[in-house]
Amino acid sequence: MPISHTEAGPVWQRRESRIEIARFAGWLALVAFFLFCFEVMTRDTIWTFLWDAHLQAADLGARMFPPRWSYIDQLWWPLWETLNIATLGTILAIGFGVPIAFLAARNTTPSAALVRPVALFIIVSSRSINSLIWALLLVSIIGPGALAGIIAISLRSIGFVSKLLYEAIEEIDQTQVEAVTATGASPGQVLAYGIWPQIRPAFAGISVFRWDINIRESTVLGLVGAGGIGLQMQASLNVLAWPQVTLIFLAILLTVVLSEWVSAKVRHAFI
Amino acid sequence: MRSTALRRRWSPPPLIANPWLRRALITGAAIYLALALASLEINWQRVAEGLPRAVRFLAAFVPPDFVSRWGDIAEGLLESLTMTLTSTVVGIAIAIPIGVGAARNVAPTWIYLVCRSIIAASRSFQEIIVAIVLVALVGFGPLAGFLTLSFATIGFLSKLLAEDIEAIEPTAAEAVRATGASFLQWINYGIQPQVMPRLIGLSLYRLDINFRESAVIGIVGAGGIGATLNTAIDRYEFDSAAAVLFLIIGIVMLAEYSSSWIRRKVQ
Repeated sequence: MPISHTEAGPVWQRRESRIEIARFAGWLALVAFFLFCFEVMTRDTIWTFLWDAHLQAADLGARMFPPRWSYIDQLWWPLWETLNIATLGTILAIGFGVPIAFLAARNTTPSAALVRPVALFIIVSSRSINSLIWALLLVSIIGPGALAGIIAISLRSIGFVSKLLYEAIEEIDQTQVEAVTATGASPGQVLAYGIWPQIRPAFAGISVFRWDINIRESTVLGLVGAGGIGLQMQASLNVLAWPQVTLIFLAILLTVVLSEWVSAKVRHAFI
Repeated sequence: MRSTALRRRWSPPPLIANPWLRRALITGAAIYLALALASLEINWQRVAEGLPRAVRFLAAFVPPDFVSRWGDIAEGLLESLTMTLTSTVVGIAIAIPIGVGAARNVAPTWIYLVCRSIIAASRSFQEIIVAIVLVALVGFGPLAGFLTLSFATIGFLSKLLAEDIEAIEPTAAEAVRATGASFLQWINYGIQPQVMPRLIGLSLYRLDINFRESAVIGIVGAGGIGATLNTAIDRYEFDSAAAVLFLIIGIVMLAEYSSSWIRRKVQ
């Protein structure tokens, strides 16, 4: 145990002095690096804009309240579209994600050397790119509208669904699969009776969880033109109609809280 | 009797046992799907027009063009990376006291409630919406992005930290308390060692998330690589956009592998 000897007697220390100094140097380096990064980041910052931020906040607050409640009539349809984008996108993602998960799982992939790396690459690329960026690309390719939103949501969700699902597949109990195989079942039957029942709770949980996230993400897809309530938000922002923006924020907040509640309920029922 | 029993085919038990509820749910889902698909307005002509563009986009990936917009890309990337690091550090620094305050076994009730409401506020607003408001408040540029990501980090990290503190082994903390330790000593020697591995893991994970998010909030003017990407796509410069996407995927992969390596080391 590290002890430092002082005139008043031995004093207990948590670590050896050498380690203590090394740790201190490490923290110092981190702080220095942080300050350096902050310096680089704010090279072009105009600080006057920051110093009057509280005035801007007060001004914005005054503009944002009260919300323009009558605008809600124009929000029902976009909200319905947002719900559809999230749901259809999730369904599409599950359709593509489940086969990819089986190709990526070590114990079900047809070829660990060839197919698995491809499947893993698809998963990583899909996961690294946010749905808003996918939407940005798709809007410029297939034009604005809910279709771009649905495809963007599903492109982002495929990676999420497959990653969590293939981890669940790799954790299954292999003895049950062997037992089903031993009865002379075909590969399809092994899948349906040996593997599927084991991953069904995980599958339900993952799908509902992703649906919940997708509701959240589809509310802002309209910023780049991909349909949903984000379109109204962008239009209101462009004309600086802050009372409408407030109402849209409230609608989004309510939708998100509601979807979180639904997803928690459903997950609770399945797992 | 036996022959009829034998003739019946076995089928696996359904997911939802109550047949009426099951049928109602299936019918409801079918009606919803029909309505949703019917309300989808797809301009097939526009989609068909876009197909050559999609081909051009895919072709742009081989090879991507890093060179012609390299100045913009490098600047955006630098902004994103510095923004990611600074916001993660600040976010963690603020999240730790809030996380401690939001743990029921550490904090008194009124602090607990205050900290939980901060967490709820931070978690319920998405990064993009926070970024829109902050860009309006502090102006365009990476500073708005930095503030946005710090704000988002606070909610994420303090919630998970609080849950972790609530799940600690109480005997170790009690033993430290029994020696007559002060509150800070109790936190430092009784609780911190127990939650440290997970805190490091979560911080690395959040670093990863913040980089991904930093690529997005540029779209609403909060600086970073997202702004570069937005410009490239708006100009239909798909080969530059492909280069940016490759860089994002590469950095995310790198971050993911190195963070999982570090997490294996500390846990």
